[in-house]
Amino acid sequence: MKFNLKVWRQKNAKAQGKLVDYTIDNINADMSFLEMVDVLNDNLTRKGEDPIAFDHDCREGICGMCSMYISGRAHGPHHAATTCQLYMRSFKDGDTIYVEPFRAGAFPIVKDLVTDRSAFDRIIAKGGFVSVNTGQAQDANNLPVDKADAEKAMDAAACIGCGACVAACPNSAAMLFVSAKISQLALLPQGGPERNNRAINMVNQMDEEGFGNCTNIGACEAECPKEIKLTNIARMNREYLVASLVNE
Amino acid sequence: MSELNSKIPEGPLADKWNNYKEHAKLVNPANKRKLEVIVVGTGLAGAAAAASLAELGYQVKAFCFQDSPRRAHSIAAQGGINAAKNYKNDGDSVFRLFYDTIKGGDFRAREANVYRLATESRNIIDQCVAQGVPFAREYGGLLDNRSFGGSQVSRTFYARGQTGQQLLLGAYGALERQIGLGNVKMYSRHEMVEVVTIEGKARGIIARNLISGELERFFGHAVILASGGYGNVFFLSTNAMGSNVTAAWKAHKKGAYFANPCYTQIHPTCIPVTGDYQSKLTLMSESLRNDGRVWVPKTKEDAKAIREGKKTAVDIKEEDRDYYLERKYPSFGNLCPRDIASRAAKEACDDGRGIVPSGLGVFLDFADAIKRLGVEVVKARYGELFPMYQNITNEDPLKTPMKIYPAVHYVMGGLWVDYELMTTVTGLYCLGEANFSDHGANRLGASALMQGLADGYFVIPYTIGNYLSSEIFTKAIPTDHPAFAEAEKEAKERAEKLIGVKGKKTVDDFHKELGKIMWEYCGMARTAEGLTKARTLIQDLRKEFWSNVNIPGSLDEFNPEFDKAGRVADFIELGELMVIDALNRNESCGGHFRSEYQDAGEAKRDDEKYAYVAAWEHKAVNADPVLHKEELIYENIKLQVRSYK
Ligand SMILES: Cc1cc2nc3c(=O)[nH]c(=O)nc-3n(C[C@H](O)[C@H](O)[C@H](O)COP(=O)(O)OP(=O)(O)OC[C@H]3O[C@@H](n4cnc5c(N)ncnc54)[C@H](O)[C@@H]3O)c2cc1C
Repeated sequence: MKFNLKVWRQKNAKAQGKLVDYTIDNINADMSFLEMVDVLNDNLTRKGEDPIAFDHDCREGICGMCSMYISGRAHGPHHAATTCQLYMRSFKDGDTIYVEPFRAGAFPIVKDLVTDRSAFDRIIAKGGFVSVNTGQAQDANNLPVDKADAEKAMDAAACIGCGACVAACPNSAAMLFVSAKISQLALLPQGGPERNNRAINMVNQMDEEGFGNCTNIGACEAECPKEIKLTNIARMNREYLVASLVNE
Repeated sequence: MSELNSKIPEGPLADKWNNYKEHAKLVNPANKRKLEVIVVGTGLAGAAAAASLAELGYQVKAFCFQDSPRRAHSIAAQGGINAAKNYKNDGDSVFRLFYDTIKGGDFRAREANVYRLATESRNIIDQCVAQGVPFAREYGGLLDNRSFGGSQVSRTFYARGQTGQQLLLGAYGALERQIGLGNVKMYSRHEMVEVVTIEGKARGIIARNLISGELERFFGHAVILASGGYGNVFFLSTNAMGSNVTAAWKAHKKGAYFANPCYTQIHPTCIPVTGDYQSKLTLMSESLRNDGRVWVPKTKEDAKAIREGKKTAVDIKEEDRDYYLERKYPSFGNLCPRDIASRAAKEACDDGRGIVPSGLGVFLDFADAIKRLGVEVVKARYGELFPMYQNITNEDPLKTPMKIYPAVHYVMGGLWVDYELMTTVTGLYCLGEANFSDHGANRLGASALMQGLADGYFVIPYTIGNYLSSEIFTKAIPTDHPAFAEAEKEAKERAEKLIGVKGKKTVDDFHKELGKIMWEYCGMARTAEGLTKARTLIQDLRKEFWSNVNIPGSLDEFNPEFDKAGRVADFIELGELMVIDALNRNESCGGHFRSEYQDAGEAKRDDEKYAYVAAWEHKAVNADPVLHKEELIYENIKLQVRSYK
């Protein structure tokens, strides 16, 4: 297969970036998208040009490193898949493919397709945990958890923190990410004691980082590789509201 | 040959750890605040250690090369974590988990460590549940379990097919909490490139800031490495692309002995290799062997017809199938340990009965389970795994059997550590997959997560205090100390040399070449002849690398090709040591199979001569390493031929 690529190149955080054209040939349909980029980079390196910088690590859809905005969609055309889980058989021979970084004010570009998503870590540091020191736990089975709640908590906990929700949202909102963690812990008894402070602190940090507001567009849910649901945002809003009243 | 002191505490096996903890020296809270600890790596082992030490009051600096601590390779673990909770009332106990692990490791692990691991396994589950890790539950709300290889009880806790993710996010949450409180300073996108030692003690590291390319100096009263495994020495493996040996290797070159480097785990159920463009291999969790049955056709003719697309799995009648694991190992069947299942797959394929075009693949079939349990139950049990397989291969495993083949997955070898997890460099510790400690010659499934978390949450917080109690009068050493300057200079010169080569071949050219050598001569079956040849090949490759590698870009920028080159340089040196170790061990045990030493395909150990840990001391890149032996003494169990029949 043969493709025309238009790839965002930007030397570093301060430099101006632009789309650069590349053509690539002899691509096998069973290659992953990242393996296709590997081949392109191999070609560039052999020609003495600077290869395209991109984040990737596990290449099986769980670490959340990979983060490409492909022809107008976060992680490309597939539903419920990360960039590394996208295969070239999803494209037509001769296609033109745009490859850009995840764009958002709160995700500054580091180089080419690599962005700085540390804002997510700072939000988690404000409450995305249960405050239990090592060694303080009781026997695990002393605390039964309703299976249905445990399953729902797991659905929310499946978030990989890739930032596709932010990239997909016209407002660059991080509500889906933040609400997934708040929901997971709100659904479990372990999260109970800190739920009010958690909601307030995480939401405040989210605002401070410069993420936008939610206007119920739903692009985040549509593009989430882990199918995190919008209902989490509703749950977060309720948690936040209750917490605001309690803390009044 | 000097004796290695493993510092195993006195007393009966079951009391050793308690005895140790009761007598270990303590550091009072005011002094803890003055002590700084460096933790390299934020996977399960590193994140657990960094968080727990910060909770105790130490000042921690943590490092990872990814953009966030949440992305360490532990995130990819699928199947589960073992613990001797006996919630199923099926006869499990600490002793049984201990015994299964020792036996699974083919009697090449240290008794006292493994017993401690089995003991702490129970606390891990409690801790993780308290953190809000959403483990699978039964309808009554209690925790569910599944079975893993090498055991006859159900002791594996899991969170769908994402156990590693959930455990890591638990540890990451604990770590972020300490970062928020100011007790941990986190350095993401930093790669450790040197250990700094002063008067024989580890006192810090040099790390490369991967964004700016700058080399930075960090002081610690003690240094902990939790940098994961080195399976990527084979190029293709189930490890994440960035997994590497660099941190451990630099420590090795500064005096930390490297133990049992040749013990490699080749996992039986991975998606087979299809093309040479492939960048990594994907694991299909061992948990699938709970319900999946492994088979190949009985005849070569049928296998050939499948390879050529003239027949499919369903065309082969029940009586014409060879469920070879059930046939050869009736009491464990499809759940025999990994090394055994891998070798059996290789044997079947070597016999011409492989079922993928390359000849290197066997079936993993869920048809019976689907008949017995229904599609929905099977789907629910394996969460992401089926869609993942389908996405990669374009085939639906609910309709046709999966095709699998063994692939490099885990390394039992690593830096030698004593009972306190200290390496042979004073004040330098090693945790998780990066050390050699608990799995002998083969690791059982669901026990790496257990070990990483035991090391990080429940062992190092005690053992490091025993050392740091003697360091309370050591003031923080300023990083303009000559030892820091010297270490930085070394790292800088190496980097300049590397980027200055400006040769013709890419870093991946070399990495792939190394991988081929390792897989062919130091993979599932090894011979003295092959290993001897491999050593020369690797030496030649090393020379060529340093004279013909081409790294684009410069050192003062974000340069992933350069990062990769540094790692490959270390892999090449490690590869040679693995070969030397494999050649030294004239026996077969666990993941180390020397074709000369077998009983009709079963590994033949030599306990008289090789019941020891081989710990290698580095001399120089061009010189032979020196072997030190730690004799393995079994006081509580009898050495036996490992049988799963
Ligand atoms: C696909 C897969 C599935 C698995 N499934 C299971 C399972 O079901 N059950 C089980 O028990 N085990 C499983 N394992 C094994 C298990 O996941 C690993 O052995 C374990 O997670 C390793 O944890 P760790 O903390 O030692 O290292 P890792 O999680 O690999 O973490 C290494 C850390 O070190 C950092 N690092 C490395 N080098 C440097 C450096 N030079 N400078 C700075 N930082 C550095 C990295 O950034 C990272 O933070 C699986 C492994 C794989 C590959």
